[in-house]
Amino acid sequence: MTDILQLLIYGLVLGSVLTMGAIGVSMIFGILRFAHFAHGDFMTLGAYLGLSFISAFGLSSWWALPAAMVGMGVIAVFIDQVLYRRIRRTQPVILLIASFGMALILRSLVQLIWGSDNQTYASGIQFPWQLDWLGGMRLKPDHLWIMLISLALVAGVHLFLTRTRLGKAMRAMSDNMDLALVSGIPAERVIMVTWVIGGALAAAAGVFLGIDTRLHPVMGWTTLLPVFAAAILGGIGRPYGAIAGGMIIGVSMEMSTLLIPAAYKPAVAFAIMVGMLILRPQGIFKGTV
Amino acid sequence: MIRIDNVSKAFGGLQAVRGVSFEVAQGSITGLIGPNGAGKSTLFNIVAGLFPPSSGHVLLDDQDITGLPPHKLFHRGLVRTFQIPHEFSRMTVRENLMVVPPGQSGENLFKTWLRWGKVRQQDGEVLERVDDVLAFLEITHVADELAGNLSGGQKKLLDLGRTMMTDAKMVLLDEPGAGVNRTLLGKIREAILRLNRERGYTFCVIEHDMDLISALCDPVHVMANGELIASGSMETLRQNEEVREAYLGGGASGRMGEETPRQHSTDEGASS
Repeated sequence: MTDILQLLIYGLVLGSVLTMGAIGVSMIFGILRFAHFAHGDFMTLGAYLGLSFISAFGLSSWWALPAAMVGMGVIAVFIDQVLYRRIRRTQPVILLIASFGMALILRSLVQLIWGSDNQTYASGIQFPWQLDWLGGMRLKPDHLWIMLISLALVAGVHLFLTRTRLGKAMRAMSDNMDLALVSGIPAERVIMVTWVIGGALAAAAGVFLGIDTRLHPVMGWTTLLPVFAAAILGGIGRPYGAIAGGMIIGVSMEMSTLLIPAAYKPAVAFAIMVGMLILRPQGIFKGTV
Repeated sequence: MIRIDNVSKAFGGLQAVRGVSFEVAQGSITGLIGPNGAGKSTLFNIVAGLFPPSSGHVLLDDQDITGLPPHKLFHRGLVRTFQIPHEFSRMTVRENLMVVPPGQSGENLFKTWLRWGKVRQQDGEVLERVDDVLAFLEITHVADELAGNLSGGQKKLLDLGRTMMTDAKMVLLDEPGAGVNRTLLGKIREAILRLNRERGYTFCVIEHDMDLISALCDPVHVMANGELIASGSMETLRQNEEVREAYLGGGASGRMGEETPRQHSTDEGASS
């Protein structure tokens, strides 16, 4: 029982990482209609930006988060303006391939600047709290923070989408693009904000992953598959679906280690994605917001 | 207000519109009728900026707007509705209207956070306007319903409402009566008339329902086979031999319009 609870915690931590990535993938798909393959490398680059920031100023590891989010928000808009905006009027498949190329560029860039070895935000071992009232389950403070900050970011995205003019405009654009264009919605601005939020959340995912494990130039790329699985599971183009999808995939991946070797964790995400595409390709949250 | 000047449009070998010219006068409700395939919708789409004409010009207030994309036309006060009503189906009716007014200060990401008070106040103004529009169209009772759940007729009203959220000068209505039941049709007609009289909107209307056309429009332009074949009030058009032929074919007698079948009279849910 304690094992299951322990895995549930790990699952929720992984789910938080996936959710942060999947919200961005889902939003970008909703507005721009293409699967953004460079999203995993946005996560990587964000994590490394955070690393440089804290080592430059000698700060503790959590300071990586705000720095990475701001940095990636700016870089995402820059990449959109330089690359994606110019080919936005072509077919989505061209954007998809271009984003694949961007993924390779970013990964090489990370290797060039930071090298291809493993790195960590903070060395040393963090002692977990032992929760005797939960059968001696262990909880690392970092894990608790990852979950709490994810929750706060999700709440922030929710407030943004429902309360602000730009959030409403964003939902309108992903709902009915034709109508949005003829009813006064500032499309270019909405696209820009989509990249800011997508980039910042990807950076958060990268930093969470870096804090939970380590930094590596392919850390984001290997996480991309479960991120897509989460976005598809929740119904692509639906940020709220991405939250549910992220948590389900994360928990399933960790729970699967009870039955099969841990090396197959990504295969679990893949299996869920394939199953979902066959049984219910529109995702869980079709038709609701 | 709008001048359509010798506009033609060909799709491959098909000549959909051939050299059509007419004007929509300021403050008028101008009708555009004709049998299916006459080229009305193509002409409409050209004016609304969906695609450019093969030749000819469209002028709005003496300025050439030929080929401008829809969102630019929106900012010049030219708004359209669609034959099949469009809505943001996963947003409430109120939100559907709230997103319309352009240039809200909430569009600026920094102001959203830093000038909270101002954005708040402007949101309040927009909400007030939304309430006015909802009351005007008598759809206040569905304000918090998801727009996707509305009936076809209510969606048409919402479409009209959307044009009221901006300072539209010129509104293109593509079959406002299609797929709407009798009761709602009356409401839509009243709304159009009131918008025209009380707020000075200029309308150009495509419609198959001759009752609605005669109640609303003067003048009416008739198209057939891509050409403009007649113009005038509905009364004079009813006497026009060519118009009757275009509609009924082969010199049939009888009064035009009243025998035109209303294919889509009561199927309110047809388009939803």
